[in-house]
Amino acid sequence: MSTLLVFIIVIAIGAAAYFIGRQRAASRGDGGVKAHSLPHYHGWWAFLLSTLPALLFIVIWTAGSSVYLERKAISELPVHNESSVIASQGLELGMISGIARGLDRLTEVERQNLPQTFAELRPLLSGKGVALATEGQDFMIPIALEWNKNAKAAVNMGAFITIALALGGAIFGLSGITARRRARNNVERIILGALLAASTIAILTTIGIVLSMLFQTVTFFQSVSPTSFLFGTVWDPRFAAAGSGGSQGQFGLIPLLAGTLYIAFVAMLFAVPVGLFAAIYMAEYASRGVRSVVKPLLEVLAGIPTIVYGFFALVTVGPFLRDLSAALSGGYAFIQAQSVLTAGIVMGVMLVPFVSSLSDDIITAVPRSLRDGSLGLGSTQSETIRRVVLPAALPGIVGALLLTASRAIGETMIVVLAAGVAANLNINPFDAMTTITVKIVNQLTGDLEFNSPQTLVAFALGLTLFFITLAMNIFALYIVRKYREQYE
Amino acid sequence: MTDATLISASAPARPARRDIGLKRRYAAERRFRLYGIAAIAVGLFFLVALLFSVFSNGYTAFWQTEVNLAIKLDPKIIDPDNARATNPNVLLTANYPLLARNALAEKLGVSMSDKVALRELGKLFSDGVRGQLRELVISNPALIGTTQNLWVLTGADIDSAFKGQIDLSVDQARRKVSDVQVGWMNRLKEEGVMAQRFNTGLFTFGASSRPETSGLGVALIGSLYMMLIVLFLSLPIGVAASIYLEEYAKKNRLTDIIEVNINNLAAVPSIVFGLLGLAVFINFFHLPRSASLVGGLVLTLMTLPTIIIATRAALRAVPPSIRAAALGIGASRTQMVFHHVLPLAAPGILTGTIIGLAHALGETAPLLLIGMVAFVANTPVTPLDPATALPVQIYMWANEAERAFVERTSGAIIVLLLFLAVMNITAIILRRRFERRW
Repeated sequence: MSTLLVFIIVIAIGAAAYFIGRQRAASRGDGGVKAHSLPHYHGWWAFLLSTLPALLFIVIWTAGSSVYLERKAISELPVHNESSVIASQGLELGMISGIARGLDRLTEVERQNLPQTFAELRPLLSGKGVALATEGQDFMIPIALEWNKNAKAAVNMGAFITIALALGGAIFGLSGITARRRARNNVERIILGALLAASTIAILTTIGIVLSMLFQTVTFFQSVSPTSFLFGTVWDPRFAAAGSGGSQGQFGLIPLLAGTLYIAFVAMLFAVPVGLFAAIYMAEYASRGVRSVVKPLLEVLAGIPTIVYGFFALVTVGPFLRDLSAALSGGYAFIQAQSVLTAGIVMGVMLVPFVSSLSDDIITAVPRSLRDGSLGLGSTQSETIRRVVLPAALPGIVGALLLTASRAIGETMIVVLAAGVAANLNINPFDAMTTITVKIVNQLTGDLEFNSPQTLVAFALGLTLFFITLAMNIFALYIVRKYREQYE
Repeated sequence: MTDATLISASAPARPARRDIGLKRRYAAERRFRLYGIAAIAVGLFFLVALLFSVFSNGYTAFWQTEVNLAIKLDPKIIDPDNARATNPNVLLTANYPLLARNALAEKLGVSMSDKVALRELGKLFSDGVRGQLRELVISNPALIGTTQNLWVLTGADIDSAFKGQIDLSVDQARRKVSDVQVGWMNRLKEEGVMAQRFNTGLFTFGASSRPETSGLGVALIGSLYMMLIVLFLSLPIGVAASIYLEEYAKKNRLTDIIEVNINNLAAVPSIVFGLLGLAVFINFFHLPRSASLVGGLVLTLMTLPTIIIATRAALRAVPPSIRAAALGIGASRTQMVFHHVLPLAAPGILTGTIIGLAHALGETAPLLLIGMVAFVANTPVTPLDPATALPVQIYMWANEAERAFVERTSGAIIVLLLFLAVMNITAIILRRRFERRW
């Protein structure tokens, strides 16, 4: 019996319990006692009683039985001899479960006279649409047969218990319907539990991020020392060729960090003046009409996916800067198409709306009375802005800029396409540099082996990135929050 | 009288007006204003430049040059040994491009013995004709022996030349189409046999190494699956979390941690979510790589904070009087939330959700890490099949060197931007239409 079918049956039992429960509660006319809960709450409570335990059980049962089957198969595996083609236990297990799945598709007759060698079994199974690797061994077949038998027994037993649980829950729920039953409170308690569970997903995500990266990073540090990662100035990971454990690359973070910060710096150099002045103009000078047109237009820039910016940098800005530099110097293009400058400018354009809309909110939050006071003393509007409004808004603006900078540091697609892949350590903005995010993408695309330092270094990089941006965000949010309290 | 004399007498005695640098200050004021206008102009300039660059490169991608050929499905070429009844592979492996070449040679009067010309001729149409004819013949083997009038894709270089994107004045050794080919092309064009037709392939084809036969089919389906998964997971979870935080949670340590957490998650770089997906969903739970299910889960986690923040704002905008009224006539807290507050906050929640979805649709970086940068030629059926996504397809095409791929990439970007525009405009309309000020 498949899990899906069991699921459908459980839901059907639950639905039946709901309708019967509602019906019963509505038609019960015991002696004029005012019912505590509306009929449909009785129905829902019966539904929850019958479905929740059953579904919880089948989830646990499925997970538990697969672990049990694997354990059992491992215990039956023959002791490893060196001539074995397959090195790892995991692969053997995978093959056995593959065979076991394949056996399900055989007819009764075929199963009766099952071939005893893998070489004969393989074409038979591949005829049923189960492709197996060629390295299978004969000893796997009896284990797979055993697996198959046990798996079937487990599924059947699980299905039986689940349905029994559902029926029991339904009967229990339906039997206790009285006027006094506090069905509504019970249902609401479950709803509250579900709401609480949903809100913890955010925490679980964070824990998941930190733990998963921490775990891989620790594995990485077993083969590369933390100091040579954090303070190394050479990035040369070599290739993660399968089996060639000998080639040891160098994993220096410094060139990547330098590139990341440099590009973010160029981007901020572009985005801060443009965004800030745009925000000031829109908050202080622009008429309602101009504002209602310009503000959404600038925000369109924020809605454009970063891959589009990357493409723009790759096919338009990069070649333009290269040709421009060639024209300026008379032939020699001193700006490369993929360079810090290209990536920085395009990223700056992307950041302009962030700076402008965040600063706009903060500037408008400065109370009218401060402006009126300054204007009343005879200062011009720009003097008011520079000497009164901006200093008052400064903490908020700094927070906004920090948030923007953390976005610049974590930005990926623009730099992947526009900054280049060479891990140089230089200060010439016209050359290519690379960033942490680019290297994460480079190390993790293509075929990967999960235990080579070439792959694991990406998680160490990710963790570094996560902590840098986290620190900036927490600091920024702290500043913004603190500032907001001043005027409220 | 005395007053008047007094005034006129004292007037010249008044001290000269103090120089407070008004001129300078007004100039500074004007400069300051100008900076603001310049800043806005720079922003708008880049917006226009970006859109212009994409649209001018990409609008031609929606038309593709095709040539109409009367192709004779010659049994001597398709099945020389007459073995198709016994061996089904014959129809799969037959030399279909030869049929198209012969049809073209006949049309242009190229002799069958002129090998050089025939080779040039072979580059005129796309190798995609192989799949086209194969499908036709396999679905209906009775067609073998007949002559079919078909529109066949031209090669990418011919397509570029036809659209005028290749400079034909350069020496023919330095461009990808030869003079002979250009001559044929012009002849076919005059006869009306070669023309630009709407490029349906852009929306249906999967991955291909040839620009003219590669399309967004797989990417569109992958993106659709992912959007559905994001919608069905992040909307209920996000709304439930916001309801808890906004309506039930007491102000305590746990609530504070959750709040700070959500705000931080909203600012975590998207690529970190990709690492999470790789480590948890693929490495730990052994879900298949490149599957839209994993992509959807990763994007769900990424979108959740956005939706939670928007939903909480929408819930907060519902005035407390509504809550008080509901509680006052005897509703329980849960009834008050679900029967009264939530319906009133629904437009705001919907707007936030659409914006979150639009954000997820354009996200690329996390999908690269979970292996959605795959060469997927077959249309995915379930969310567990390998697929790509719209922005990832753009990334993959952007890395291709050929000129025709730049056109395709820009075309794909236009498609993506149109989707985003539709979603955002819907959100704006919803907000305008249903927003309530209390």
